Amino acid sequence: MTERLTPFLWILFSLGGTIAAFLFPVHLFLGGLAFPLGWLDAPSYEALRGLVQHPVVRLYLFVVISLPLFHWAHRFRYTLYDGLQLYHLTVLIAVLCYGAALVGTAVAAYTLWNLA
Amino acid sequence: MSDLSHHTRYHPRWYRRRMSVWWWLKNRAYSKFVLRELTSVFVALFAILFLWQLRALAHGPDAYAQFTARLKAPLFLTIDTVAFLFVLFHTITWFNLTPTAMVVRVRGKRVPDKIVAGSNYIVWVLLSGIVAWILTRG
Repeated sequence: MTERLTPFLWILFSLGGTIAAFLFPVHLFLGGLAFPLGWLDAPSYEALRGLVQHPVVRLYLFVVISLPLFHWAHRFRYTLYDGLQLYHLTVLIAVLCYGAALVGTAVAAYTLWNLA
Repeated sequence: MSDLSHHTRYHPRWYRRRMSVWWWLKNRAYSKFVLRELTSVFVALFAILFLWQLRALAHGPDAYAQFTARLKAPLFLTIDTVAFLFVLFHTITWFNLTPTAMVVRVRGKRVPDKIVAGSNYIVWVLLSGIVAWILTRG
């Protein structure tokens, strides 16, 4: 079971890592610093609601949230495993990490579905 | 990342020296490795923040105004600054690793690592420009 899942989880890790590498800096810089600090004019509520009406934008947002969460789950799992040497908690750590990514994905899907 | 060899509670004890949990502080390369691995925490943090913003957007103008006001608090600005630096570190280490993870060949010849990594940076600048343009055009 785990042997069969591992390549799939690795693909999610690497896709999520690539998406985060390309798109997180700009979103974090704008949304977390440039807009709150007033360096640039933030888009209005109405403009953003208009933007998310587009199915392509909602699909983009889903992918940009979900896959990086799986990237985190996979990488953080091994960080705990190697870094803190929690060898006896392997299964629990894996369940918590991938489980959290699954919950995040479900919440993202639900939210984006209702935003239409 | 190690392969998961199954740990069992009553494993035969072979001689192994205990490693400190702080093994990665003894060497610069190890520290860099652990910092790189920890970028994932900030990647997840931002994904959750992003999701939170969408939920606020779904809950209406008042909820969204409350959310954007919260982002101006010093606590959030600090978190976002730290997260931005870690995410940037993730981007740079990720791009620089691509030539190792993916060998590109053109007419049987291996494309030099610098070109493979460099093309990532070009695409990154383009994508960032597109996102910034969409979000700031008013």
